[in-house]
Amino acid sequence: MTASLWDAAGLHGLGAADLFGLFLHFLVISLLAVGGAISTAADMHRYVVVEHGWLTDTAFTSSIAIAQAAPGPNVLFVAVIGWNVAGVAGVLATMTGILLPSTLLTMAVSRWRAQRPEALWLRAFTLGLGPLTIGLLLSTGWVLAEPVATHPAAWALVIGTVVVMSRTRWSPLWLIAVGGVVGAVGWV
Amino acid sequence: MSDPSLPSLPDEPAARPASPGELFRAFNRLALQGFGGVLPVAQHELVERRRWMTREQFLETLSLAQVLPGPNIVNLAMIFGDRWFGWRGVLATLGGLLLMPMALVLAATVLYGQWADQPAVAGALRGMGAVAAGLVIATGVKLFGGLHRHPLGRTWCLAYAAVVALAIGALRWPLVYVVLGIGTPAVLHVATRLRRAA
Repeated sequence: MTASLWDAAGLHGLGAADLFGLFLHFLVISLLAVGGAISTAADMHRYVVVEHGWLTDTAFTSSIAIAQAAPGPNVLFVAVIGWNVAGVAGVLATMTGILLPSTLLTMAVSRWRAQRPEALWLRAFTLGLGPLTIGLLLSTGWVLAEPVATHPAAWALVIGTVVVMSRTRWSPLWLIAVGGVVGAVGWV
Repeated sequence: MSDPSLPSLPDEPAARPASPGELFRAFNRLALQGFGGVLPVAQHELVERRRWMTREQFLETLSLAQVLPGPNIVNLAMIFGDRWFGWRGVLATLGGLLLMPMALVLAATVLYGQWADQPAVAGALRGMGAVAAGLVIATGVKLFGGLHRHPLGRTWCLAYAAVVALAIGALRWPLVYVVLGIGTPAVLHVATRLRRAA
């Protein structure tokens, strides 16, 4: 246990250049994450899984599932991905990357906007990015569903979740629990 | 317009945070209650329980937080912390929101690593992953339902959303090109509509 924990916290064979690339990628993603960090998971997948092969498809999806099942902001899935790619150093690279630029920009815009609340281009920006946010969310759902949706039961879980969430006010926690039980008994 | 760094007079909230330390504790508490998303808990704690914001202030802050890049709840927490205590408030809300939940989620990841070869555990995570995918799609569907007063109309909104979903989900084009390439015309499109309406 101690030895494997030590391994898990280590670099997993990544070099300084890899870590810096990881940091830079999340730095760019941060400024593009309109609609929340989860909307950019598809692009993280492209970089971490497809381009570099640092994680498998399944490891990527389960990183997000663990973060969704634990309490706290959804953005923490970024910390789990960082941990799975390169341990403690990976967490620092991905979390600093995803938070730093958007934090500085938010502070600047929030202070600037406080002085001119009705600027036309600001409203155009707000409204124009709305449909993009929705498209990004759908693509993230698509990428997350792909590796698990090999069985009809998994498809039923994905579609059932969409239907229940659109029509009821149930807490997502219940659906996560249902998914966990259905998976544990071996149906998906 | 009154100074927005202070709550405006007509809808003054009933209470205010006493110190950055109190902000830290409040945001830590609401983060630890938020399974599958913190936003509903944040609304309950900040507006109804502590009365640090009116409902209108919460809504206004949230819409700004959603448009700006970055995690919505993190942006909201920062704007709120900054409003009361400047940079110290920002650090307090961010720390409260992220530190303890991050330790918890990493502990869960390590535990999962120890048990991942158990078929039941791997299966449970696959099942939860399928639900997580459904939750994200459902959020997109819900938000689309809220676009009925959008200046572009539903058809254009659906077209922009579909192009983005296909480009990134199916074709796996890099995000930066898609957001700049489709976001720019979408924003200009809205700007012309707004100008015509004005």
